[in-house]
Amino acid sequence: MELVQGLYNYWIAMILMMAGFYVVISRGNLIKKIVGLNIFQTSVFLLYISMGAVEGGTAPILEEGLTRFSNPLPHVLILTAIVVGVATTALGLALIVRINEAYGTVEEEEIHAQDEPA
Amino acid sequence: MLSGIYSLFAAAIFVELDAVDVAFTEASVGAGISTMLMLGTLALTTRLEKIPTYMPILPLLVVVATGAALIYGTLDMPRFGDPNAPIHQHVVPRYIEDMPKEIGVPNVVTAVLASYRGYDTLGEVTVIFTAGIGVLVLLGGGRRERPGGRRAGGRGGPS
Repeated sequence: MELVQGLYNYWIAMILMMAGFYVVISRGNLIKKIVGLNIFQTSVFLLYISMGAVEGGTAPILEEGLTRFSNPLPHVLILTAIVVGVATTALGLALIVRINEAYGTVEEEEIHAQDEPA
Repeated sequence: MLSGIYSLFAAAIFVELDAVDVAFTEASVGAGISTMLMLGTLALTTRLEKIPTYMPILPLLVVVATGAALIYGTLDMPRFGDPNAPIHQHVVPRYIEDMPKEIGVPNVVTAVLASYRGYDTLGEVTVIFTAGIGVLVLLGGGRRERPGGRRAGGRGGPS
């Protein structure tokens, strides 16, 4: 029981991560793959942020009378990661639009099938 | 649509975990821009997914095995909310103590982001810039006519 109470934040992150991973490797649709990657990303964010949380802490904004703050360092790293994640998502989606122009499909199998005779 | 709701929900969790700055960013960037990009892509490609004909057993096995290994790996992690976890012992106490006289901004996240880890943010901007160029090259520069394909409209970069 103590184990569950102390570690459930990691486990939730792991379950989310595996859900995203599953979508990425089991789906042939490229847009679905990007969605899976996004879920995977959020799970990493959650992992970091939950590590930074402190029992009884407040948001890391200095104020009179407050002494215990949650850890600001993961917040900074994840802020960066969110923005970078959107940039990479945009690039991936742009690639998909381009693939759709060239092949007329966003399904992985159909793309491979079109490539084979050549 | 669902991914936008998902992002908003993630933002709510971040508020609960005392990470207000992250929640702001997730709500605006994750739920806003990401969803817009996703909808734009769906409009430019297709909304229909081909239903897979086989049961994805192998991916399921891989995922379960990886998940089990990861959960096993968490067993000796510091407990949730533990103020004595190693992550809280180093660097951060110094930031919180010296920040008021060194930077003078009440928000520690802002101070670390813009000052102590300014180079990090510079690198982030570089990545966004590169991604923006990539998107523009892939879509905006595509003025070539393709037989049987559609031309992409001028879509702005992500930044």
